[in-house]
Amino acid sequence: MTEMVVEASMALALGAKLCRPKVIPMYPITPQTHIVERLADFINNGEMEAEMIHVESEHSALAAFIGSEAAGVRTYTATSSQGLALMYEILPIVSGNRMPGVMSVANRALSAPINIWNDHSDAVSARDQGWIQLFVESTQEAIDTTIQLYKICENHEVLLPGMVCIDGFTLSHVCERAIVPEQEAVDEFLPEYKPKIMLDPEKPVSIGPIAFPDSFMEFKKQQQEAMEKALPLIGKVHDEFAKKFGRSYGNGLLEQYRMDDAEYALIGMGTLTGTARVAVDEMRKEGKKVGLIKLKSLRPFPKEELIKATEKLQGLAVIDRHFSLGFEGPLYTDTRSALYGKGIRIKNFIAGLGGRDIDIKRLKKALNDTINGKEGGWLL
Amino acid sequence: MIRGLPEEEFFASGHRACAGCGAPIAIRHILKAAGKNTIVVQATGCMEVVSSPYPQTAWEIPWIHAAFETAASTASGVWRALKMQGRENINVVAFGGDGATYDIGFGAISGAFERGENFLYVCNENGAYMNTGIQRSSATPFGASATTTPAGKKIPGKREFKKPVPFIMAAHGAPYVATATVADPNDIFNKAKKGLETKGPCYLEVFSPCPTGWHSDSAKSIEIARLAVETRIYPLFEIINGRVKITRDVPEPKPVEEYLKTQGRFKHLGSEDIKTIQQRVNETWEKLKKMEESGCKY
Ligand SMILES: Cc1ncc(C[n+]2csc(CCOP(=O)(O)OP(=O)(O)O)c2C)c(N)n1
Ligand SMILES: [Mg+2]
Repeated sequence: MTEMVVEASMALALGAKLCRPKVIPMYPITPQTHIVERLADFINNGEMEAEMIHVESEHSALAAFIGSEAAGVRTYTATSSQGLALMYEILPIVSGNRMPGVMSVANRALSAPINIWNDHSDAVSARDQGWIQLFVESTQEAIDTTIQLYKICENHEVLLPGMVCIDGFTLSHVCERAIVPEQEAVDEFLPEYKPKIMLDPEKPVSIGPIAFPDSFMEFKKQQQEAMEKALPLIGKVHDEFAKKFGRSYGNGLLEQYRMDDAEYALIGMGTLTGTARVAVDEMRKEGKKVGLIKLKSLRPFPKEELIKATEKLQGLAVIDRHFSLGFEGPLYTDTRSALYGKGIRIKNFIAGLGGRDIDIKRLKKALNDTINGKEGGWLL
Repeated sequence: MIRGLPEEEFFASGHRACAGCGAPIAIRHILKAAGKNTIVVQATGCMEVVSSPYPQTAWEIPWIHAAFETAASTASGVWRALKMQGRENINVVAFGGDGATYDIGFGAISGAFERGENFLYVCNENGAYMNTGIQRSSATPFGASATTTPAGKKIPGKREFKKPVPFIMAAHGAPYVATATVADPNDIFNKAKKGLETKGPCYLEVFSPCPTGWHSDSAKSIEIARLAVETRIYPLFEIINGRVKITRDVPEPKPVEEYLKTQGRFKHLGSEDIKTIQQRVNETWEKLKKMEESGCKY
């Protein structure tokens, strides 16, 4: 166990290294660059046994990711924004072929106008493509979640790929104190990858066939069943990790802050929840019974856990760092659907697009507007 | 069965390719050269569709298909994983059509060749996007009518010449590049073998008639492929470490017209266009000869 003050990207690279991926296809894009640069350092300095594939595009990065997973080795990659958008075609091919690798996404706005700063439009737009998506708040959580996610994805009942989403710049480029676990402990927690099927001339299989209308839906239904199995497993693996390493993040799916007697709450994902804790503390001092729900797992969506967490609430302010143009914030859509008929006043606030600051003032306004029965809106 | 070639088949009969399709001939003989200890990575296209209708498969060796433009990138991932596992003795063969190779997957192939990945990339060159209904590719020959370059009243078919991909791959520094046709399975077998025995990224292109797309007689695919060589439309050569070697000389070529008239996709062509094609064929052949004679390296 090493305690250090470190840039989150470096910490994430250390976290990835601890998982011992054997192949890392990657293509650089801000703000993901520092992660892959550190991994390149590790490999070229002989501190890590892995092949880095310097592909010519993110599209090829994810296509190579499929090849190496299918050949039976643990695989890692990282991207952001346009990179994830370029991978879009391959996202459902990775999940449809049940390749359980992990990708870090340093969340960044999608162009145009081109913008390198944080919002969640990249990952949330990819929400429906069969990847487990976990959003984290801190450097420590990024490391710990990466280790957990491999274990979840590689479980033979699941076999799905996963994304660890970290906010670009507001997390990726921030230095924080973090504990880097010992390799030995991680090896015990995360044994070597054992593929269920792989490309092996001794046992030939065909991966990636054409499926006609008579079988296609069964493939998709099985993916949904895998998602349903992943949901409790995320919690279970989280608890195991907590027991071994002494750190926990709510129940692994969502985290509650001062929710015991809360009447109103904020819900959001990623680093904004750190600021939200302060906003909640300040409003508590003003005598308002408010709390925070940090949603960690966007997919699979923890519907029952959310219902339980909001049981006593009168109102909920949903902070979306992305907007589904032509409708509303996607987290709002999901939250309202999950809480349908529960009689909770739910308001939608759009914030932090393209790196716009989400400060305490804005979050307090969202909560106060919800308390006062006002409509949601854009926190410009 | 061809005398002297291994009997064992790794691409089973019963696949759904059209009668007269050249591609299965190419695949069968390449796999005979590669043998059992091989992993195939396939691009989307006719051969993927006809060989893998779930839950059936024609592949008796491990096979993976990801997307249309990803044969080279997925093969890179497979190769690197094998390297990390100490399984470098396994052959990796990537198959793509001309659309997958010349057009949409070209960046990925260029990247893989620049990186020096260790696999044999095979392009089944049938001169159009056949799987989606005979649309033009950058391998479609000048003058051919394709569904997106139809022989219209104003524009009589495709107006551009084929992209010279084998040479472009040689210019990447590929240690072995070769062309073959389905008219000579022995040649396919031998060239595939060389490509597999050579370390690094190798490129083999097989010229492969498509009766459905070419509007040709499905009983004549082999003859047509042979005519392509005899008219110098499709020269057979190897480029070994940058040095060009013509593997089948054609001292007395037949006029291109003999080849063109076997296929409905050329039937609209006037004498001007036929002259243009003949000229281009002559020039390309001369260039090739000069490259061979000079011995200069790519
Ligand atoms: C990204 C993408 N664009 C388009 C397609 C549609 N598509 C599938 S196969 C194909 C053409 C294949 O042509 P080629 O590579 O020459 O192989 P052939 O079918 O002729 O053997 C096309 C256009 C696709 N599958 N994916
Ligand atoms: Mg084609």
